[in-house]
Amino acid sequence: MLAGQVMGLAACLSDHLEATFTQSYGPEARGGACSAQLIISDKQIHYPYVRNADILVCMSQTGYEKYRQMLKAEGTLIIDQDMVRSVEGATGDVFPVPATRMAEELGRKMMANIVMLGFVTSVTEAVSLKGMLSSVADSVPKGTEKTNIAAFNKGYDLGQAMLKARMKKAAARL
Amino acid sequence: MEPAVLTGEHFLNGDVACAEGALAAGCRFFAGYPITPATEVAEHMSKRLPRVGGVFIQMEDEISAMAAILGASCAGVKSMTATSGPGFSLMMENLGLGIAMETPCVLVNVQRAGPSTGLPTLGAQGDMMQARWGSHGHYEIIALAPSSPQEIFYQTITAFNLSETYRIPVLIMADEIVGHLSERVIIPESSKIKLQSRPRPTGRKDRFKPFHPGPNGVAPMAHAGEGYMVHFTGLTHDERGYPAMTVEAQTEMMDRITGKIRRNLDKIIQVERYRLEDADVALVSYGISSRSSQAAVDEARERGIKAGLLRLLTVWPFPEDIVRELAKRVKGFITVELNLGQIHLEVQRCAEGRAPALLAGHVGGSAITPEEILERIKELVSQGK
Repeated sequence: MLAGQVMGLAACLSDHLEATFTQSYGPEARGGACSAQLIISDKQIHYPYVRNADILVCMSQTGYEKYRQMLKAEGTLIIDQDMVRSVEGATGDVFPVPATRMAEELGRKMMANIVMLGFVTSVTEAVSLKGMLSSVADSVPKGTEKTNIAAFNKGYDLGQAMLKARMKKAAARL
Repeated sequence: MEPAVLTGEHFLNGDVACAEGALAAGCRFFAGYPITPATEVAEHMSKRLPRVGGVFIQMEDEISAMAAILGASCAGVKSMTATSGPGFSLMMENLGLGIAMETPCVLVNVQRAGPSTGLPTLGAQGDMMQARWGSHGHYEIIALAPSSPQEIFYQTITAFNLSETYRIPVLIMADEIVGHLSERVIIPESSKIKLQSRPRPTGRKDRFKPFHPGPNGVAPMAHAGEGYMVHFTGLTHDERGYPAMTVEAQTEMMDRITGKIRRNLDKIIQVERYRLEDADVALVSYGISSRSSQAAVDEARERGIKAGLLRLLTVWPFPEDIVRELAKRVKGFITVELNLGQIHLEVQRCAEGRAPALLAGHVGGSAITPEEILERIKELVSQGK
């Protein structure tokens, strides 16, 4: 949910787009399949909830089961590959990311969402890199900015590498 | 000291934007009891008020919270509380006291689904009639309904200005969705924010009558401790503020507390018209539901149906004349709200049978979708054929 807030902040204040961020608030927000919904648009946003998602990021299997129907058929699905084992029914692009594992390697499992944010920024270009870097730094607890930016960059670099590999593969097919 | 007005561009949720609006309006006293989904208003005020020279008190319950803000206001400080659901019910008795004592203050209700404990974490607009008639006796009230964090920021300022101008508690009828929704909020420079203050007495302190109305029907307000004779009571009182148990005194007091609102409707009521000029179908909505309605209007227009929206920024007093005028030219109304028909009843009343009035309502717990509204629009159009 922090991830949604961070990205909304970047879209709104750095990229000067319209952004509307809503989140689960019930008991599920304290340990369960909860969601953060973010709409980014260059026009005014009337209805603040996502109806057909372009991008779905899943950090758990139950999260995937609960929210998969929101994703457009050709939408981009990004999953934490150790947390989401089966993506049955996925019809669009799927990007598996070892976000939790990478965060553990960096010493803080809690930063999995920040790693994921780096990856999402990288492959979707929904918000600018510059905006995200300042938004991450502004949103995390004081004193943890450096480690969080490092986590973000790890995710970002993995995204860039994955995109490059895909391009190569596509070029080889031609 | 920190600046009270945080001029600049922010990404805030509605509850926090409401608190910032209050500070920008000059609110320096908040008493409350935390309750989902209004807690963040109190939480934010508890951090910010001490840094701008104000006072925050967490009370033992909502009854005392409402009482405390009346007391602070009588001492001359702009005051606010925020609550939801059961807390709003508990505040009703002292809301009436504020109306009888003509005490300016702002009461924020971030509505959740009821009745009773209901769905604490999920939104609704089920308290709209309670806002109008929840305290006993006959009275007038002002209630505003914000649809976004930016709007709740401005409406909180408006609420303080109206409460000060008319010496009346003003309600902000928000909902969980707007309260927890984060969006861009632009806070202007403090010099650009127009603030109103309660009318104040002049002249001899010993001849002062605390409820003798001024030219706009509102009596100048002396604060406790200034040397003017002040007497506040919930009993029917005369111009001196003393209890007077007669029909004459009741008539005079009731005329003052209802008349100051009824005679200034054009200065109080604010609405917004969205694609309404040539509309056949008029949606009437407020708060979060008005955003779903705007989306539905656009979608209906894409399908060739001339729909428009009357968005109520002020829900109480209800804009009767505007709806009556509309009833003469539209083919029908649809009231869109997160309840099973409350403001709908007002629209029906003012349509006076001239145009059919349907409801796109919902039990609460989630926002009404543009699709649900579009279905009702199609229904209305097919009825007309």
